[in-house]
Amino acid sequence: MGKIDDEKVINGEGYQLTTLDKAIGLARANSVWPLPFATSCCGIEFMATMGSAYDMSRFGMERLSFSPRQADLLIVAGTISKKLGPVLKQVYEQMAEPKWVLSVGACASSGGIFDTYSVLQGIDRIIPVDVYVPGCPPRPEQIIDGVMNIHKLVKKESIRRRYSAEYKDLMKEYKIELKEDNVK
Amino acid sequence: MLNNETLLTQLEALFPSDLSNADFSFDLLTVEVESSKLRTLIATLQKDDSLGFAFLTLIGGVHYPEDVDREFAVVYHIHSWKHKIRLRLKAFLPLSNPSIDSICDIYPSANWMERETYDFYGIIFTNHPDLRRILNEDSMDYFPLRKEYTLEDGTREDKDDRFFGRF
Repeated sequence: MGKIDDEKVINGEGYQLTTLDKAIGLARANSVWPLPFATSCCGIEFMATMGSAYDMSRFGMERLSFSPRQADLLIVAGTISKKLGPVLKQVYEQMAEPKWVLSVGACASSGGIFDTYSVLQGIDRIIPVDVYVPGCPPRPEQIIDGVMNIHKLVKKESIRRRYSAEYKDLMKEYKIELKEDNVK
Repeated sequence: MLNNETLLTQLEALFPSDLSNADFSFDLLTVEVESSKLRTLIATLQKDDSLGFAFLTLIGGVHYPEDVDREFAVVYHIHSWKHKIRLRLKAFLPLSNPSIDSICDIYPSANWMERETYDFYGIIFTNHPDLRRILNEDSMDYFPLRKEYTLEDGTREDKDDRFFGRF
């Protein structure tokens, strides 16, 4: 950000110059609406993170969205069975752009201790993941650290991310259809 | 009031040639029943008011891969509230034709239990109204609790075998 400091020329309240990307990124990062997709013990840790002791609302995240339509960040906390996989993918697809995914805990990230026929071996097999939080379950501090990393991504994300070739390729890799009205 | 011994005597009087291997372990009478007669036997027990077997506790499956022509067992637990007594019935089925008559019309609660047993062992309950998978994903193409399949997910490459008891 640039500031013109020649006081002789500028005499008044002053102004700052920045790029639109950075200004919007800052606004987005400080008002992320998370959708908690919590299935097990990691979900309990997430509840602790939302509680007054750790207080996610410090970061503009107190408004949980239980509808994917209004959510920016999908927080997947807990074991995802293979039968639940298509549901999770549908929730992700229903979220409006721009969207990010935080995978909380060993189970969501890799299947964890459940190396078995019924458990999805990591949600990155069906949806793209931005930040992984390790732990079984992770402490609230770790979840907050994951959210901070999401914030870093959000701040530097281009507002035209969804039009980029990389993003389209990524979605194609996951066989997720980009809607016509989203992509020019 | 019935006890395990008198119950067995009554069962043997009703079905003299279809019962075998009676066992009293865990204070629970266990009787092996000819699989073709199991439905008739359960219907008789359920309808007999003096016995009062009004409640089906569970249906489950077992796989014994080494037991030739008796690879699968279907286990039924029924409960008489009247006599405060439980009875365990076992029917053995061959791998070549793992099918047995459904008892859904006798105990409606058998519906989901039979679907579960089908889901995990592939045991066919004939005349079941809606025999399809209940817990696993519909696209699954095998019966996971049969001992011919590995417990672990074969699609995983990056988990260290040492941490999962595999060497």
